[in-house]
Amino acid sequence: MEMFGKKRVAVIGAGMTLFRRNLKETGKELAWEASSMALDQAGLELKDIQSVVMGTAPDAFDGVHMKGEYLADGAGSWRKPYSRVFVGGGTGVFTIDAGWWHVASGQFDTCLVVGEEKMSSCYPHPAYAFTTIFDPIYARPLGVTLIWIFALEMHRYMHVHGIKKEEIARVSVKNKRNALDHPCAQLGANITVEDVLNSEVMCWPVQRLDISPTSDGAAALILASEDVAKKLTDNPVWIDGVGWCIDSTFWTNRDLYFPQYVQGAAQMAYKMAGIKNPPKEIDVAEVYDPFDYKELHHMEGLMLARKGQAPKLTAEGVTQRDGDLPINPSGGLLGVGNPIAAAGTMKCCEIFWQLRGEAGKRQVKGDPRTGLAQAWGDLMQYGSVVIMRS
Amino acid sequence: MSEKIKRFPGEQLKGADIREGRIPSVKHRPNVKYLWSTGVAMSRFLEGLKKGKIVASACRKCGRIMVPPRAFCEQCFKPADEYVPIKDTGTINTYSVSYVAGDASRIKEPILVAVIDIDGASEGMGILHLLGEIDDWKQIKFGMRVKAVWKRPEERTGSITDIKYFAPLKEG
Repeated sequence: MEMFGKKRVAVIGAGMTLFRRNLKETGKELAWEASSMALDQAGLELKDIQSVVMGTAPDAFDGVHMKGEYLADGAGSWRKPYSRVFVGGGTGVFTIDAGWWHVASGQFDTCLVVGEEKMSSCYPHPAYAFTTIFDPIYARPLGVTLIWIFALEMHRYMHVHGIKKEEIARVSVKNKRNALDHPCAQLGANITVEDVLNSEVMCWPVQRLDISPTSDGAAALILASEDVAKKLTDNPVWIDGVGWCIDSTFWTNRDLYFPQYVQGAAQMAYKMAGIKNPPKEIDVAEVYDPFDYKELHHMEGLMLARKGQAPKLTAEGVTQRDGDLPINPSGGLLGVGNPIAAAGTMKCCEIFWQLRGEAGKRQVKGDPRTGLAQAWGDLMQYGSVVIMRS
Repeated sequence: MSEKIKRFPGEQLKGADIREGRIPSVKHRPNVKYLWSTGVAMSRFLEGLKKGKIVASACRKCGRIMVPPRAFCEQCFKPADEYVPIKDTGTINTYSVSYVAGDASRIKEPILVAVIDIDGASEGMGILHLLGEIDDWKQIKFGMRVKAVWKRPEERTGSITDIKYFAPLKEG
C-alpha cells in the first residue's frame, strides 16, 4: 500500500459513555469517563499519551465560549500538546482525522482523540442555539431555524429522484432497532414505517421519528504509531484513509439533492486507502444519520450507492446488519443518540469494535476487514470520512 | 460498545427535576447583543431591497451572476463587484412547511419556506424566503413560478424582510 504520512497509524482502544438527554455529569466529567475507558482498553495510562485532540461542536450548547479549554482537563490534556477542532456536525469524525496527522506526521507516538457534547444544558431547547449559526444579515431576519434547511434538502432529494417518505422511514426503523443491542443507546426501539409516517409533522417532509434526539455524551479513541501499537496489541485496527471537504456557505446556490462535499471527502479517503470500488470493498459503514434521509443521501455521496439508489438497497435489506453492506450497525444517531461531536466519534468507535469482532450482538456477519465512518455538518457543506482496516 | 466493557458511565436525570430545582443546578442567561455592519456586497443588496429591487453581483472572471451578492467569487477568488438588478420573480427549487418556531415550540399556522431560484441570476442561484397568498400548502409545487410581494416603500428598512414573501405568479 502506498504510504501516506511518515508513520502508519493504528487505533488501539475506544470508549464511550451513555448517550442520554440530561446526563448528571458535566461535559468535563463525561470526557474523562470516555477517555479513561479508552485508555483502559488500550492498556495505557495518561502518562503514555503524547498528544490530545478534542472535538466538540458549537460553544452555545454548553454556554461556555471557550469550550475547548473548558473541557481540556476531562480530555486528559494537562500540560500536553492539545487542540480542539470544530467543523460543525462533521467534528466527531474530523477529530480522528486530526488525530491521524498528529501520529502520521511522526511528531507523536500516541494521541488521545475525544468527542464530547452536552446539548441539554441549552435551555429549554438547544434548537434555539442553532438559530445563531445562520448568516445574521440575509438569513436570520426570516426566522430561519435548523430544521428548515434539512426539510428543504430532504424535499429536494425526494423530488429529484421521486423518493417516497415510506422508503426513507425504513432507515429510522432499522437504526432504532439496531440500537436495541447497544448498551449506551438512548432511543433503541421497535417501530414500524407506519409509526414514522404517523408521527408529528415538524417541518414537512420531516416528521418526529425522522429525527435524532437531543443528547449528552462523550466517546474517545486511542491512536498509536505502528511500532507502539504492535507492542501493545495483537489486533490493531489501522487508519488507512482520511478525508475532509467543505462547500460554500451559500447553500441556497447549489443543488441540495447530492452532497458533493461528502463525495470530495470520500474521494480523498478512498484514494489514500486504495479503494476503487467502494460498495464492494467497504464491509461495514457508519454513515452520518441525524435524519433518516441523511443516511441515504450520504450513502450516495460516499458512492456506496448510485445516485437515487440508496432507498432501493435499504428496501432490499442490503444495509441491515446481516446484509451485504451493513450501514449503521450501532443504531446510528437515530438510535444511539446525537451528542453532536461525540456521535461522530461514537461511529469511529463502532467501526473499531466491528473490525475487532468485539461488537457482540451488533457484530455484522462475515468477519469485516474494512470499515468506514462519516460525519457531516455546518450549513449542509462539510464532510469528514475515516477508513479503517483490521 | 465492546463486549469487553461491562460498565457504562453516565446517570440520566429527569428534566423536570432540574427545571423545578429538586437537584442542584445553576441557571444563567447571558445578555449579549450584536450590531453587524453589513459589508461591501450585502450593503448594496439591502439598499436595493429598500428601493424594491433584488441586486446580484457578477464575477469579473467567470461571469456568474450571484444572489445573494458577494464581494468576491468563492470559486474564482476574483472581485465580483459589478452589481446588477435582477428580476423579482423566480422558481421554487425546494420548499417546506414548518410547524416549528426557532425555539422548537410548535405553531398552529405553518410557516411556508422555500429556496427560490431568482430570474436573471445564473442557473441555480436561489435565495431562502417565505411563501404567502397560498390557501392550502398542498398547492405548492416544485418548479412553481413565484413573485416577490414587497412592503410599501415607506415601510421598507433595507432588510431581507422588505420582501414580505413570494406569492404564486399570475402569468400573462
